[in-house]
Amino acid sequence: MASLPTLLRLAVFLVLLAFLLQPGWFEPLLKSLVQENAPAVYNRGSLFWLTLLHLRTVFVATFAATFIAVSLAILVTREAGAEFLPLSRSLVNIGQTFPPVAVLALSVPIFGFGEKPTLIALFLYGLLPIFENALTGLTTLPPAVTEAARGAGMTERQRLVQIELPLALPVILTGIRLSVVISLATATIGSTVAAKTLGEVIIAGLQSNNLAFVLQGGLIVAALAVLIHDALQALERALSGRTRT
Amino acid sequence: MAIGVIRETERRTLPFDKLGVIIAALAVYGAFLAPFATFRANRIVQGEGKAILEALPPSLGYGLLALVTFGIVVALLKTSVLVRMAAAFAALVALCFLIGSAAGNLVPADNAYARVSPASGFWILVFAFALLVADALTRLNPGPGLRLLFLAGALALVGGMLATGRWDGLSILKEYASRADTFWAEAGRHLTLALGSLAAATVLGLPLGILCHRVDRLRATVLNALNAIQTIPSIALFGILIGPLGWIATHVPGAEAIGVRGIGVAPAFVALFLYSLLPVVANTVVGLAGVPRAANDAARGLGMTEWQRLVAVEFPLAFPVILAGIRIVLVQNIGLATIAALIGGGGFGVFVFQGIGQTAMDLVLLGAVPTVVLAFTAAIVLDALIEVMGPKHSRGKAA
Repeated sequence: MASLPTLLRLAVFLVLLAFLLQPGWFEPLLKSLVQENAPAVYNRGSLFWLTLLHLRTVFVATFAATFIAVSLAILVTREAGAEFLPLSRSLVNIGQTFPPVAVLALSVPIFGFGEKPTLIALFLYGLLPIFENALTGLTTLPPAVTEAARGAGMTERQRLVQIELPLALPVILTGIRLSVVISLATATIGSTVAAKTLGEVIIAGLQSNNLAFVLQGGLIVAALAVLIHDALQALERALSGRTRT
Repeated sequence: MAIGVIRETERRTLPFDKLGVIIAALAVYGAFLAPFATFRANRIVQGEGKAILEALPPSLGYGLLALVTFGIVVALLKTSVLVRMAAAFAALVALCFLIGSAAGNLVPADNAYARVSPASGFWILVFAFALLVADALTRLNPGPGLRLLFLAGALALVGGMLATGRWDGLSILKEYASRADTFWAEAGRHLTLALGSLAAATVLGLPLGILCHRVDRLRATVLNALNAIQTIPSIALFGILIGPLGWIATHVPGAEAIGVRGIGVAPAFVALFLYSLLPVVANTVVGLAGVPRAANDAARGLGMTEWQRLVAVEFPLAFPVILAGIRIVLVQNIGLATIAALIGGGGFGVFVFQGIGQTAMDLVLLGAVPTVVLAFTAAIVLDALIEVMGPKHSRGKAA
């Protein structure tokens, strides 16, 4: 996605913040979407609080997924784990065909209702893009660089920490970005199994036939996704610019 | 001298297969420590786990344990790929076959309420041996035809188990038996949603992608708009469309007659269609941009018109990349169609969400398992197709 111009991005952020902190200001806008006596702004809890919980769920799942995926990618790209490389590639491809709803539904019998199945589903689903990109990043390093590092007498550990990981970082970050954007949207489905996310607002809207609820829940998630996506993309650009020079 | 060197390297490397150690550990846990089947007095109570020897008659139980042990030894040692494949396959067939026997063995013949379902041990064993098959397959690196053959074999095995009634005693099939009619109706709706929206997105997305390829200004706008749609969570997009479609149904004459309604299939179809557009359009653009300039120049030199060039040169060269986009859409749509159930659009999601509502996990499985099987089958078939269509040297995933 091409980044929105900075001004537009700032405007989206300010509107989002205003909506989360003072949703009452936006009531006249949303009023036309609901029937006469129905509330136009979500009134069964604080939108700000739900947004924070939503972000926390996504953050915890992505953090765990990043840690495991990058560790695994490092393992299978070392000499000792090279045997696992082709298999792990095909497992990633297989894993990506699992629908997120199915992962969520299947983890309910094991972990019960609430936040846990959502975290597990987001974690498992987030693993794949990060692992795939970390693999790509670590296996497509320019041979001249790795040869030079070896020639300079660096140990395997030094090469990993000082050369390979920094060079692969932008590609790994792309994987994290993909994973975060998918997780932000998928987390809403977690509310069907009673997780506290912005999905609660959308589902409340679907149940009471309140379009304003559906719209505000959906747009908050979309705005979060666009802003986080752009921020991570800017970070990638800054990092790949630094390593290239 | 040379023989001495080889002996020394042989001595230094372990006789064990590294992945085999993991598979063996999983299989030992699955076979000897975890329960094989769960027995429940009725549909929603907590179950109790039964080990292999408790769940099966002794002859079958010991037979299964022997087969699993053989599989473990084959996995552990550095054996040939074909032996590994055969051992894993034999174990998988036995597991599939015997889980049906467990149901008959655990439930007294006259008890209609008791439920038997596969427990963690069964799933872990299936996972361990599926891993062994996957590893053997990866090492064999089969071509597209052989992969399709393996898929057909696996589907035939499952189909055979279902058709012969081997699994009728399992609780997921008891759920199926009590709603067989709705199951096929929802299956039809699920496929209509997933395939129909894909067809619509292809019909509109291809010309749109070609247009975006030709007109630079249009490209950024269209791709940005389609990207923005992707960020809206599916349940919200499904919900948001209820409003406009309801309005169209009541205000546009004839719209209601062709099935446009505020809730139900229509908003689900439109939402899936909107999600599908991005991969189709983006891959069309990428595919056309990747057509070598030399090919285009040669076509121009031959005096081909714009249209001839598009149909005879550009499109065939871009086709594998476009097909990769269609694969993404199809797998994604099969998964997303489950969410249609939340707005009355039907599909396998009906069972998933009903099951979640009733905390009846067998019902959840009745919706989730066919969805996973469908998505998996679609991915393998289209991957094979992409490989057949694509240039010979580029194996693996395009785009």
